[in-house]
Amino acid sequence: MRFAAGTPVRIRRDFPELRGPCHIRTPHYLRGLDGTVERPLGAYPNPEDLAFARPAARVPLYHVRFEQPKLFGEGARGDTLLVEVFEHWLEEAEPSDGRRAAGPQA
Amino acid sequence: MAAPPGPESLALLDRFVTALKAKGLVTEEEIETQIARTDRASPEIGARMVARAWTDPDYRALLLGDGSAAAERMGVSMAGMPPLGVLEDSEGLHHLVVCTLCSCYPRAVLGYPPHWYKSAAYRARAVRDPRGVLAEWGTVLPQGTELRVVDSTADYRWMVLPVRPAGTEDWDEARLAAIVTRDTLVGVALPRAG
Repeated sequence: MRFAAGTPVRIRRDFPELRGPCHIRTPHYLRGLDGTVERPLGAYPNPEDLAFARPAARVPLYHVRFEQPKLFGEGARGDTLLVEVFEHWLEEAEPSDGRRAAGPQA
Repeated sequence: MAAPPGPESLALLDRFVTALKAKGLVTEEEIETQIARTDRASPEIGARMVARAWTDPDYRALLLGDGSAAAERMGVSMAGMPPLGVLEDSEGLHHLVVCTLCSCYPRAVLGYPPHWYKSAAYRARAVRDPRGVLAEWGTVLPQGTELRVVDSTADYRWMVLPVRPAGTEDWDEARLAAIVTRDTLVGVALPRAG
């Protein structure tokens, strides 16, 4: 279990869908975004393997909190979003205001 | 409401189930157990769980700490079911549940999801304009309330534990359960005493 509650994290800026068939449960709208670990949720078999009937190792799962107005440039200040994200999609991040990581758009 | 399945669909289902049984992947008993479990599930179960949590602090703690165990305590078999997570509303915090990727829904304690929950419109708009979505149900949150949208992307199935409305202080569990509608357990509405 790599991340404690309160840890600032970034969702990996990666789009495996562009490289071939896969099943990813981390929504597109979160890729590259900064959030905060709300709490760990336990470990569950990796859906990316389950979807293709491959042996699926258990991966730690976290509830990660995001600030609403930064998500889509809309939404009310103070509103939040909570999403279940698997550990291999999380990186440690500097505490931030939730802007997407800089870089070329996928 | 969706139309009932037509004869071609039923014939296809029959051939499919026969093939699954022939391959030893499923038994008739397993199918009937699952049908019975599905038929028993309804929002009334979730409503009773909330009403009990409102009146019994120990059950409330169980519901928030281990939703699946709380469901089992109400007679719901959660064996083989995904874990149930319960989102605690409070003064200043209200939750709204959605599954943007598909339509994950706490069926064991709420029954079938309504068609609007599964719609592309709800799934897209709930994360993007949740207050606009609530307004379409006539739901306006009290001033200063944080709206927290919960996107069910993995193993958990989520249900809201709403705030008990004022004016219900001397109500029994049955009367309380009656105001905990399906919509209040998803979070598009708030329970009302009046």
